[in-house]
Amino acid sequence: MGRRVVITGMGIWSCIGTGLDEVKDSLYKGKSGIGREEERLTYGFQSCLTGIVPQPILKGIIDRHLRRGLSEEAEFAFMASRQAFEQAGMDQDYIDANEVGCIFGNDSSAKPVIEAARIMAEKHDTALLGQSFVFQGMNSTVNMNISTIFHLKGINFSVSAACASGSHSIGLAYMFIKDGLQDVILCGGAQETNYYSMASFDAIGAFSKRMDAPAKASRPFDRDRDGLVPSGGAAALVLEEYEHAVARGANIIAEVKGYGFSSNGTSIISQPSDTGCVTAMRRAMESAGVDADSIDYINAHATSTRQGDMFEAMALCKLFKGRHALISSTKGMTGHECWMAGASEIVYSVLMMQHGFVAPNLNFETPDEYSSQLNIARETIDTRVDTVLSNSFGFGGTNSALIITKL
Amino acid sequence: MNRTEIEEKVKTFLIEDLEIDEGKIRPEAKLKDDLGIDSLDFVDIVVIIEKIFGFKIKPEEMKGVDTFSKFCDYIESKVS
Repeated sequence: MGRRVVITGMGIWSCIGTGLDEVKDSLYKGKSGIGREEERLTYGFQSCLTGIVPQPILKGIIDRHLRRGLSEEAEFAFMASRQAFEQAGMDQDYIDANEVGCIFGNDSSAKPVIEAARIMAEKHDTALLGQSFVFQGMNSTVNMNISTIFHLKGINFSVSAACASGSHSIGLAYMFIKDGLQDVILCGGAQETNYYSMASFDAIGAFSKRMDAPAKASRPFDRDRDGLVPSGGAAALVLEEYEHAVARGANIIAEVKGYGFSSNGTSIISQPSDTGCVTAMRRAMESAGVDADSIDYINAHATSTRQGDMFEAMALCKLFKGRHALISSTKGMTGHECWMAGASEIVYSVLMMQHGFVAPNLNFETPDEYSSQLNIARETIDTRVDTVLSNSFGFGGTNSALIITKL
Repeated sequence: MNRTEIEEKVKTFLIEDLEIDEGKIRPEAKLKDDLGIDSLDFVDIVVIIEKIFGFKIKPEEMKGVDTFSKFCDYIESKVS
């Protein structure tokens, strides 16, 4: 048996709150973070709906030399990371004296790339681009900035796995620690919210057009769902080897018990697969040494799209029909936080575990053929949550599932 | 554009864009050692100068330009 891996710090910057307490309250109250951004319609979007995420003000917090390479999602990630390190009791002196790794999920950084291309089209001179775009525009922008700002010296890379990026980042951090290669890793996911980044998503008709009722637009598993709502922000977690955490007297929040993954193997790039989902969930449970009856809560991936929710519901029916696990997709509140989602949903699930409730699957009003067979929480339920399964699935058939348990 | 106007414009972007303390900006202030301007800052300064003064800095012309005063001399030579 490998070493045990625990969570000792968490941070969150999202459309339902920019700190753990605020987010816990939003989850409990079933508060939506969705709104309208009218510029999207002017820009040419079919839907103006988005998660409304506050932009951090970092002037005065980070030196300009460190700030200039920060993309929007790296700024979100900094705010979340700062909270996570603080909760873990790791100040800069600790980080400077110890090896801390960094693995973040991120799969785009569109705004700087588009802005640089616009300047090049106008000026035809790279000397007039400035120096920020290169550090802001790479997919690894989050990792390169966070590692530099906090002087991190351990493993350092980004995970690009579409909407499963954040979940895989935690899974990989778990494996690095479990196998003895690292003792502490900051991991998580980040997602830009600017409309440049989401135009191509809008192009394929993925977004809900329920623009007259933003809070009703994201309705995972509901029969009348008409698409997802894009959202973003960042979530960060400090993962640590159990004995290491105990030795330094850290506050242990929960245990990362298992990680499962799979690829669908289908010939259509956007085609979900119930068998792919089942493989990832089974692998996570086997890795954790738990069975379906042990799962108290499932944070579903369900994004409010017709196909995705249907295939996940089919997969959940295969493993959990008739079991006691409560199911909800917090995307009913947050929208789809994409590259960040797999990490933020672990933060949401751990908050539920800590405070003894299951957050509602907002807007689940009318079940369909598949979701009617599931134990979906329509409202907040006060209940003990000891073991959580969190699903994340992405384009190209990448699937990730994590098991988190209370210690 | 006279010398005073050039100095004011340079001072303004050093304060606003590069967030340099106004008190540090003196004629003899060393760009690197006193004002903390690094090589990557110069990449941005090329863009800023082009916007404000309408010409593009050539790195080979910047040899020996190491103080605020000499930097303003250089700009003056290009815009006058």
